Amino acid sequence: MDRRIFVKNGALALLTMGLSPSFLRRTVFASELARAPKGKVLICLFQRGAADGLSMLVPFGEGRNYYEARPAIAIASAARTNGTAGALDLDGFFGLHPALAPLKPLWDRGMLAPIHAVGSPSATRSHFDAQDYMESGTPDDKGTTDGWLNRYLATQGTCEQCTPTPFRAVSMTPQTPRILQGNAAVVAMSSLDEFTVRAGGSQADRLEALYRTGSADLVHGAGNEMFDAVKMLRAANPQRYAPRNGAAYPTTQFGTRLRQIAQLIKADVGLEVAFADIGGWDTHVNQGASTGQLANRLDELAKGIAALTADLGDRMDDVVILTMSEFGRMVRQNGSGGTDHGHAGAMFVIGGQVHGGKVHGRWPGLVREQLYEGRDLALTTDFRSVFREVTTRHLGAQHPERLFPEFSAPGAVGLLG
Amino acid sequence: MRSSRFRYLLILLAACGGSVAPRVQPSATAAASDTRREQTADQQVQHALNRLAFGARPGDVDRVRAMGVDRWIAAQLAPERIADARVESFVKQYDVHTLSAAELESRFPRPAQLLAQLAPGRDRGQLTKADSLKLGQAARAYREIIGDVQSSRVARAVASERQLQEVMTDFWLNHFTVFAGKGGPQVYFLAEYEDQAIRPNALGKFRTLLGAVAKSPAMLFYLDNWESAVDSNRPRLTPVAGGGRAQQFRGQLPAGRQRFRGLNENYGRELLELHTLGVDGGYTQADVIDAARALTGWSFRGARQGGGFQFIPLIHDAGAKTVLGHALRAGRGIEDGEELLDIVARHPATARHIATKLVRRFVSDVPPPALVARAAEAFTRTDGDLREVMRVIVTSDEFFAHDAYRSKVKSPFEVVVSALRATDAAMDPTPATAQIVATLGQPVYGHQAPNGWPETGAEWMNTGAILNRINFGNALAAGRVPGVRLAALPAVASLQNAPRDRQVDGVVALFLGGAVSAETRRVLVSGENPLLSSPAAMDSTGAMASAMVPDPDATMFDAPMRERSAKVGERGPLRYRAFGQLPPLTGVAQVIGLALGSPEFQRR
Repeated sequence: MDRRIFVKNGALALLTMGLSPSFLRRTVFASELARAPKGKVLICLFQRGAADGLSMLVPFGEGRNYYEARPAIAIASAARTNGTAGALDLDGFFGLHPALAPLKPLWDRGMLAPIHAVGSPSATRSHFDAQDYMESGTPDDKGTTDGWLNRYLATQGTCEQCTPTPFRAVSMTPQTPRILQGNAAVVAMSSLDEFTVRAGGSQADRLEALYRTGSADLVHGAGNEMFDAVKMLRAANPQRYAPRNGAAYPTTQFGTRLRQIAQLIKADVGLEVAFADIGGWDTHVNQGASTGQLANRLDELAKGIAALTADLGDRMDDVVILTMSEFGRMVRQNGSGGTDHGHAGAMFVIGGQVHGGKVHGRWPGLVREQLYEGRDLALTTDFRSVFREVTTRHLGAQHPERLFPEFSAPGAVGLLG
Repeated sequence: MRSSRFRYLLILLAACGGSVAPRVQPSATAAASDTRREQTADQQVQHALNRLAFGARPGDVDRVRAMGVDRWIAAQLAPERIADARVESFVKQYDVHTLSAAELESRFPRPAQLLAQLAPGRDRGQLTKADSLKLGQAARAYREIIGDVQSSRVARAVASERQLQEVMTDFWLNHFTVFAGKGGPQVYFLAEYEDQAIRPNALGKFRTLLGAVAKSPAMLFYLDNWESAVDSNRPRLTPVAGGGRAQQFRGQLPAGRQRFRGLNENYGRELLELHTLGVDGGYTQADVIDAARALTGWSFRGARQGGGFQFIPLIHDAGAKTVLGHALRAGRGIEDGEELLDIVARHPATARHIATKLVRRFVSDVPPPALVARAAEAFTRTDGDLREVMRVIVTSDEFFAHDAYRSKVKSPFEVVVSALRATDAAMDPTPATAQIVATLGQPVYGHQAPNGWPETGAEWMNTGAILNRINFGNALAAGRVPGVRLAALPAVASLQNAPRDRQVDGVVALFLGGAVSAETRRVLVSGENPLLSSPAAMDSTGAMASAMVPDPDATMFDAPMRERSAKVGERGPLRYRAFGQLPPLTGVAQVIGLALGSPEFQRR
């Protein structure tokens, strides 16, 4: 069942009931906007808690600058291992954390583009502020009320050939995250199973009747849209898509949500932007090295992403997965076998069309005078450069200046296009 | 357009001779209200209860009608004269409302701090079994702080007799919003903020309210002013060599960042943009900077020093400043900030901004300009006496206009609280009810950004929101909402075996102010779906995720946003699964589920 059949069936079902899907009525507004390219999908994954970029993307080539700062938690280079797993060599200088091994095949196929020393230019080491800035896209400006992903949706229409749907932007979270708050409609749900009217018997039909009749005001409109969306999802029945190509998602909440994002993509419900988050990165205590606390988090992240890319198969040509975390962690380990809040970190961009197989971003070095405030990895790539490039070159955004106002740094990172 | 619908309704009501909605019969006692008002006497009663209160409890409509709507409004404007013993004693069971923030912090330390005490080096491996247990208990107690703050606020809104004061508290807590998830000591400050800064001043003088907020540790921490210090190129009150003297304050400050990095404009900016003048209030970036400079040194004591506001002269910027054209001369201390608050509280832009926001909240999403002007004039004339500003607003013709009736979309907080009031629900001592509010999209103290929750309908109404509201209504009707016992409610019990149309009348009276559109009534009464031929088109499988509240723990940012109480529930005794799979609803419960899920119930 592909999208054409669904659209026909879905629209037909609604039309035979004498109804037009209410989200179609919004297209008057949408048609005045620049159009998105057909079938492109962006999946944003937020590692909440400040993931340690220096362990995700290990700079073993730094030698003692790295190893002496982290005697208990550094990841051994492939050459220096003594029984324990070492970093998976990427280019002779950087290696992936061994728990990220499921991502190595993506690197080998040129689909994984890591970026190092990337993040927010803000000096803040507050999770609260830094997450806020990463999601609003306006570092050091707390007055921004919407998120940059929503600004994309609000400034760019759906594609020419696409039927607008309520599932253009879906956050697999209980509430709409900051990054997707704003004028454009977004559906937030904890799980696909939850997106249904919870009442037995004919109660749902009666409730629908309450919204289908009466005035055409705001509340009725939202109700109509909701019943359309619930029906559309029912008709598309994304849950029937079993993972393909041997994709094995972690049996965690995060894994389940990635699986459901894949199901929405395969069900062709018009998904263009998806969001999910994963916690547990604030490793102040007993971070561990090649195994341990952080390794367990990385294992779940990597297995989830690997399953998602395997499951989507050739669709990955139209999909970009973007990971982000509010800041990196201190270069030197602390007194508790962990790391405190730092500055720049690492991000991954994954997709069939990305310029993978290369570690992007300028490496600032780990010698003391190369560090930010003498303690943290310095920033060489503003996260907005990455977001701007992904939204323009992958999603075809035509107004990056509206997405990231007051950000005019020239140049591209070279991740795409 | 709305008014014509209501005219239609009235004709319909007249035609049906009252059998549609027996409760909206005009009554002699209501004749005391102003006849120039567009709303009928009974609409005025409903309207006042929906706007000045969180909806009617059983019996409220009769009480207000008997008293006269204007007398009831006057009484609500004087909350200090309304006894509220039941709520006060309920709230006293919470430590968060009986202990000071400093006492809370020392009795329920943050788990990370306790770990540092118990195990130098914070290595859990070194803990004895007893210490491990102690740490677990402490972590649970700490997490319960935020749950208690949230539950008690919902309980007050449900049961307080001082309804307008609670509505105003809701308004000001949103205007002066703070975020429980800020981390650090923030959760300890919340109850004190609500109890001491906001509620007592909610109908008082704006300058007093503004001052209480400006000196509250909750706001000082939330918007970072507590660590805003004189920049190194500016004069201090006393010359200091290097940063040496600053050291003496380190021990007096809460854990966290203890060095002063210089000026932090965060509070100064929001004070002008959000709290007083408004974004178009005519201030400049230079005003923001000088406002922030005037407020340097406004900080708070650490818990060990007893907590509370303190002015730290050492980090105050003693240079001359100019704010909004007013010169603040050099060499002063705390007076700088006080004078700044005087200036902004009395600025005409502030009168306009506050008047606009109040009219938007109480009258219409599109505030009538003439009413805003009168409210702003009252604000200026009375030196910011909020009681008088409110009196102008809620006794105005605009307030009682046709167009205002049921024109506001309820916030999730209002949806839950009004449903609980309509069912005369008992106050819920567990966090469950507050978690339902969070599930519907408005966790108490859970708004991250300083602009607060939306006050207009368009922002609250969307696909997911309406779905959650409908599911909440069905859950309540199915008896899944704590504190609600429908069978024990006389108005419902008497309907149990009544004919369908009487059930509908009773439910409409209880939940929908006695009047619904003809279409809605038809669906409620007929029991048939006029649109769809196949019943049971949708199933009820799956389970709605537990309601979520922000985790107060310092490491909350470690977890995906607003999803952490699931963890709490697994460990603690307060486990609660919201909604879940519901049985088919029948009889009067079915009508209640429909009424709560109806478009009418989403409005006030």
